[in-house]
Amino acid sequence: MILEHIGLNEINGPIIVLDGVDNAKYEEIVEIKLDNGSTRIGRIVEIDGDKAVIQVFEGTQGLSLNNTSTKLTGHPMQIPLSPEILGRVFDGIGRPIDGLGDIYPDIISDINGQPINPVSRVYPRNYINTGISTIDCLSTLIRGQKLPIFSGSGMKHNELAVQIVKQANVSDGGDFAIVFAAMGVKNDVAEYFRKSFEEANVMQKVVMFLNLSNDPIIERIITPRCALTAAEYLAYELGKDILVILTDMTSYAEAVREFSSSKGEIPGRKGFPGYLYSDFASIYERAGIVEGKKGSVTQIPILTMPNDDITHPIPDLTGYITEGQIALDRTLDTTGIYPPVSVLPSLSRLMKDGIGEGYTRADHQALANQLFASYSKVQDAKALASVIGEDELSPNDKLLLQFGKAFDERFVNQGYNADRTINETLDLGWELLSMLPKSELDRVSEEVLNEHYINSENK
Amino acid sequence: MENNVIYSINGPVVTLKGKTGLSMMEMVFVGKDKLAGEVINISNDKTTIQVYEETSGLSAGEPVYSSGSPLTITLGPGLMSNIFDGIERPLQALKENSGAFIGKGTLIPSLDSEKEWDVTVTAKVGDYLEGGQSYANCPETSAITHYCLLSPLLSGEVIEVKPSGKYKVNDTVIKLKDASGKIHDITLAQKWPIRTPRPVKERVNSTRPLITGQRIIDSLFPIAKGGAAAIPGGFGTGKTMTQHQIAKWCDADIIIYVGCGERGNEMTQVLQEFGELIDPKTGKPMTERTILIANTSNMPVAAREASIYTGITLAEFYRDMGYHTAMMADSTSRWAEALREISGRLEEMPADEGFPAYLPSRLSEFYERAGYMKALCGKEGSISIIGAVSPQGGDFSEPVTQNTKRFTRCFWALDKSLAYARHYPAINWTTSYSEYLNTLSDWFTENININFISHRERIALILQQEADLMEIVKLIGADVLPDDQKLIIEIARVIRVGFLQQNAFHDIDTYVPVEKQFAMMDVILYLYDQCQKIVAQQIPISQITKLGLFDKAIQLKYEIPNDDFSGIDDFKQQISNTLTKFNIA
Repeated sequence: MILEHIGLNEINGPIIVLDGVDNAKYEEIVEIKLDNGSTRIGRIVEIDGDKAVIQVFEGTQGLSLNNTSTKLTGHPMQIPLSPEILGRVFDGIGRPIDGLGDIYPDIISDINGQPINPVSRVYPRNYINTGISTIDCLSTLIRGQKLPIFSGSGMKHNELAVQIVKQANVSDGGDFAIVFAAMGVKNDVAEYFRKSFEEANVMQKVVMFLNLSNDPIIERIITPRCALTAAEYLAYELGKDILVILTDMTSYAEAVREFSSSKGEIPGRKGFPGYLYSDFASIYERAGIVEGKKGSVTQIPILTMPNDDITHPIPDLTGYITEGQIALDRTLDTTGIYPPVSVLPSLSRLMKDGIGEGYTRADHQALANQLFASYSKVQDAKALASVIGEDELSPNDKLLLQFGKAFDERFVNQGYNADRTINETLDLGWELLSMLPKSELDRVSEEVLNEHYINSENK
Repeated sequence: MENNVIYSINGPVVTLKGKTGLSMMEMVFVGKDKLAGEVINISNDKTTIQVYEETSGLSAGEPVYSSGSPLTITLGPGLMSNIFDGIERPLQALKENSGAFIGKGTLIPSLDSEKEWDVTVTAKVGDYLEGGQSYANCPETSAITHYCLLSPLLSGEVIEVKPSGKYKVNDTVIKLKDASGKIHDITLAQKWPIRTPRPVKERVNSTRPLITGQRIIDSLFPIAKGGAAAIPGGFGTGKTMTQHQIAKWCDADIIIYVGCGERGNEMTQVLQEFGELIDPKTGKPMTERTILIANTSNMPVAAREASIYTGITLAEFYRDMGYHTAMMADSTSRWAEALREISGRLEEMPADEGFPAYLPSRLSEFYERAGYMKALCGKEGSISIIGAVSPQGGDFSEPVTQNTKRFTRCFWALDKSLAYARHYPAINWTTSYSEYLNTLSDWFTENININFISHRERIALILQQEADLMEIVKLIGADVLPDDQKLIIEIARVIRVGFLQQNAFHDIDTYVPVEKQFAMMDVILYLYDQCQKIVAQQIPISQITKLGLFDKAIQLKYEIPNDDFSGIDDFKQQISNTLTKFNIA
């Protein structure tokens, strides 16, 4: 029995309230028909007796208390999926917008997903070769990982993401596909991604979900969930290795905040609701590999840190959920170094088990540890130099400064098109470390040092 | 009470209207799918329930079933080496039941009811058993003997005893007649409400350390068996890594590892690694002594809140058998956030940063369940709690860190700049402390070496002096310092890199016995003493550094095996041989 409810009781921002509803289900989808014939979609977010609180995805503009009729659909938010979604473009709630017609569904999936049972997870081990030295060597991306890019407005995170997509390959050559979700990004950013995918000739392997900055805010809350549902379908049903790019998580979080405040919830830090952590987790934790299924879901969320502040709740909560982060640095960016990866705060938690003998090279971990340690000493030397001047530094500190400069210019800086193999990257690392005296390299054992250290005589 | 129906739904919070017969903290089943929930608030016209599963699809008017008892978990053989979610649902069985993703409303008994245990019944007919006494035992894993304890709420005369043999968890092994003449069938398992601490005879003052094999902890900031420690640190500072290291190597009999609102892949890692590792004490796989509670960040938030209590109740159960247990809670901040989230849904008045005003009392209740106890059966057991704290923005002044600091006596502060330099464990030696030092000093003096405490103090002093000197170095550089101060900086580097920093991935360095820790401190201080004498003769320190002794001292940790430290004496000899050319007395 499908009942239509005429009229509304209350409209408040993106929220409407309907009275006299029986049998409404929590998180159920409703269709709202307007007098002018258009329909909108909404979701029940709270039930209070026979009162249902509904968030309207397309916004409430034009709604009045008596020009609508609302129909309960009886099911949660779902999207149709089939292998044909590859190469297609959808809006923020999964409706095709490329003019190629509807999807003939293979299955219809609930976008909320279900948590993966921890015992069914496979611990991610296979590294993804991105061809970018700072990532491959120092914060290695592993298949099934969630590794965000912490950036700021105006920095080159989009370029970096595109470069990763273009260059990424896994050692055993799985079937790669990309799911791209844009949340509140500018139209030209979405266009840049689309063009780059086309240039790289991967467009037929890309599924795009676009919620642009002028699209309704509430749709934005749904966008990443649609994208991840599509990703899970491609990965676990069709056995592909999926790279999911979510940009920009900051806009997403702000949409959550706006929605929360219009619901009248108690705000936590900086006005974000207390459940932002759980909400983020329900997105990020959908990365992984599941036992007995062939594919994998790897996530690269991009977020712009407000005011470049890594302690802001959005990067902060993200960092607690994701398995590391790649942080970009404004100073490097303005000095023209690309990619402007700030090495010290960048980290990959899964790296230690996905590198070394059998994966990359036996000396990888030792080299990475030593590069981190030496580069952090460079910062101390720099701080000292800014007080007493470079000339007054001890010979050792002067060497460190030289090393730091060479590291930034040769190791970090590699350009948009350079695709370095892991061996090239690691050898470059040793070459740079060899600028320092052997006694400075205290994180490496004697044998490894003897094998890879380049004595200045044989240079 | 079958006419209880749902009135409103908001996230994990469900309310019923009118007067219900439900009692506070009672476990209930919500809706047609029978989702597990718990009553958290009752007023004259409204009853509030927090639901431990996803509430999407629930509608107003669906029934709510009462269970008649508070949220309990089942205690019995079969817990060990198992993995549960926050309300003790077995994840392995859940996987076989509903596949790779966790479905809703699946009720599976926590313990395998089909498995047969090799039970030795120790009670005899006519025995009078008090609550908490053992009536039978069975080998639970190859490392742990499980003692079946009478529920602390019961006591009475044994009137019937089954012979020893193979029994399942729910088989009756003895019958008991209590004071009122009522006869109880006692099986291998019992139930216990998770929010009530299990009773003990008395609290005992702990004078024994929990040895972790981690040098900075054992030597500088030791924790007592039965103590509570906090590990605060921003993301990426190595909280989980430190917890893993302690869980792997500490000398507790039993480890309860609670992954509370953390990453799914981390739990998989624990599962996998612990299965491969061998416990140095028993020679058996680590999983044989470990119980995992995994409530990852995307699993329902109310179950996250319960997971901490489930973990501590399991720890208490094994403590009552006379075991030393250690519970890792990773992370208590996620638990506090779950409290905040539910409190927000209840529209309670928020205190600091939106956390509810009862946060400190909940934290203290939890940490007070740690301790070294004399159990009801007369044996001594302990629970040590090591709680990770994830302060927002790495700022230790936030409420969870501050309140945890009040209720724990060990504070291992993780430091971002150490982590950036990949100095692990990134425990900052100037801001961390341990209040257990005094009570434990006798143990170290008697069991390790009479000089242990004085060595420890000298090491701490050198590090403090270095921290002070670094203030100057930052301003004017190290070159202008006099040689005796340069020596302090050199030796402090040896201590930092060669002693405090520990490589978790190195076969030898991942776990170091306290005896070797002492020998290492001893040789570093010996080197310092000798060098001090040389510097006192106005010989430039550069003459000493070029000999390579400091670098050798740093490499020592990788070279000396854990079962034979004669190499340290050899190195001492080498120091004195190399330095004789300076003619020191």
